[in-house]
Amino acid sequence: MGNITDQGLILACSAIGAGLAMIAGIGPGIGQGHAAGHGAAAVGRNPGAKGDITSTMLLGQAVAETTGLYGLVIALILLFANPLIGKL
Amino acid sequence: MENEVDFMIHGYLKLNLFGNEVYLTTTHVCMFIVCMTLVIIGITVNRRMKQATFVPGVIQNIAEFYVEVLDGIVKSNMYRHWRKYANYILTIFMFILASNLSGIFGLRPPTADYGVTLPLALASFFLIQFNAFRTNGFGGYMKSLTEPIPLLFPINLISEFATPISLSLRLFGNIMGGTVMLALYYGLLPTLVKLGIPVFLHVYLDIFSGAIQTYVFCMLSMVFIADRLPE
Repeated sequence: MGNITDQGLILACSAIGAGLAMIAGIGPGIGQGHAAGHGAAAVGRNPGAKGDITSTMLLGQAVAETTGLYGLVIALILLFANPLIGKL
Repeated sequence: MENEVDFMIHGYLKLNLFGNEVYLTTTHVCMFIVCMTLVIIGITVNRRMKQATFVPGVIQNIAEFYVEVLDGIVKSNMYRHWRKYANYILTIFMFILASNLSGIFGLRPPTADYGVTLPLALASFFLIQFNAFRTNGFGGYMKSLTEPIPLLFPINLISEFATPISLSLRLFGNIMGGTVMLALYYGLLPTLVKLGIPVFLHVYLDIFSGAIQTYVFCMLSMVFIADRLPE
């Protein structure tokens, strides 16, 4: 190939890695949507407990979002504070 | 179009402490502003509550509402020893809520810096482990780590350490993601779409997400601490 420097290769692969890390966003999307469906069904069965159901559902969804956030943190680190650049 | 995406991360002043170079950054300044605001609010409420009337005025009403609602939440999660931990939970609730909402006022939220959320999570971690040691003693704590099968000892040990890491990373990731998205929006789009439309982004990313993350942080701290208290 042409003149691909080592630095350029590290930066290119970091960019690809950052994009691949965001695939971890699929999990929370499916899980939280599923939980929201169950929450809506529970409100339909028991409309008086809507406040309790809503806060329990939001608490569970915020905990389930954590693994998607791990992917976001890795992607942000690779884009903005890349530790692999100076290592060659 | 201009390409100035500004994440507001600057080093302002270079100090030289004990032979290391330390910068005074945006996080220090914003945290100072948030803490000064909370101190002024605290002194005002203190002065107002010294002349508390039976029919409350505005400041007394808001202060009593805050303490009563959050005391109810702490009491419903920690059943008997709730008085000892109500101070800590209400304090960090107020600090994290003020930090997260300071994004609306033009500051960079201090909790968008991992060096702020990690000590908060470590404070909760210290409370959890202290209660675990005080309830069971050292031998009982080691025994509880081998609870279902002794083969699960490394997994139990890792899940002990995963608690503060997940607490801190959840808060950090949510707020930092919000600041990155808003910085990209304000940095890359022409001026016309920056005039009324970012209101909805701010409502979702700053207010809603910030309030939910404070509630989740405090609720998880309470649940983990109450798990280790004696019954």
